[in-house]
Amino acid sequence: MEDILDMTQTWIQISATIAVVTVAISVILLLYRAILGPTNPDRAVALDIIGINLMALAGLIAVLLVTTRFNDVVLLIGILLFIGTVALAKFLEKGVIIERDMD
Amino acid sequence: MSGTWINLIFDITICLSLLIGAFFLISGSIGILRFPDVYTRLHAATKSSTLGVAGIMIGAFLFHYVEHDIVSGKLLLGIFFVLLTAPVSGHMISRAAYRAGVPLWEKSVKDEYAEVLKDEQKRQAPDT
Repeated sequence: MEDILDMTQTWIQISATIAVVTVAISVILLLYRAILGPTNPDRAVALDIIGINLMALAGLIAVLLVTTRFNDVVLLIGILLFIGTVALAKFLEKGVIIERDMD
Repeated sequence: MSGTWINLIFDITICLSLLIGAFFLISGSIGILRFPDVYTRLHAATKSSTLGVAGIMIGAFLFHYVEHDIVSGKLLLGIFFVLLTAPVSGHMISRAAYRAGVPLWEKSVKDEYAEVLKDEQKRQAPDT
């Protein structure tokens, strides 16, 4: 029984490593779209999804290093990402982020 | 000795959910690379990334629960937050792209938002 449990521990390590490599490849593919995107909203979409991939990478590295200190990082990246995306969308739409005229 | 089979089932579930989450993330990024248009790219991006992050967070939550006996509410809150904010940010980016004049794909067959925008401008024109 102990042998089986050791084997499943190695399975978890192997699958977490495979997932880290896959998410890294996905970030590289998104960097292509973020740098060479034809228009500016393309770049905004690619940066949004790069942030979501970073959340997944933080969770996966917490699994690989057997620590719990990355859980705050996941939530923090999520909140900052939403604020950044909303600000970027308003800037792309109107050219300003905070409107001055109060009519 | 009776808890070991439960641990085995938990380990297999962790492996499967991590791999499924990574698969959905890379399929969403391939969709962003291959689709022809901003709006179709948003369609590929938000749904698959939400599902991929949910899979990986469920795997990490189960891992922490099995290894350290920690019920980490932050990971579940991360799933909830992505589920809540990904459609909102996608909608805001697509509206900004349409109002900034990014053209649709040339094989698109229907553009209903143009009529709505025309009505809106007609309604605003007599006031000013």
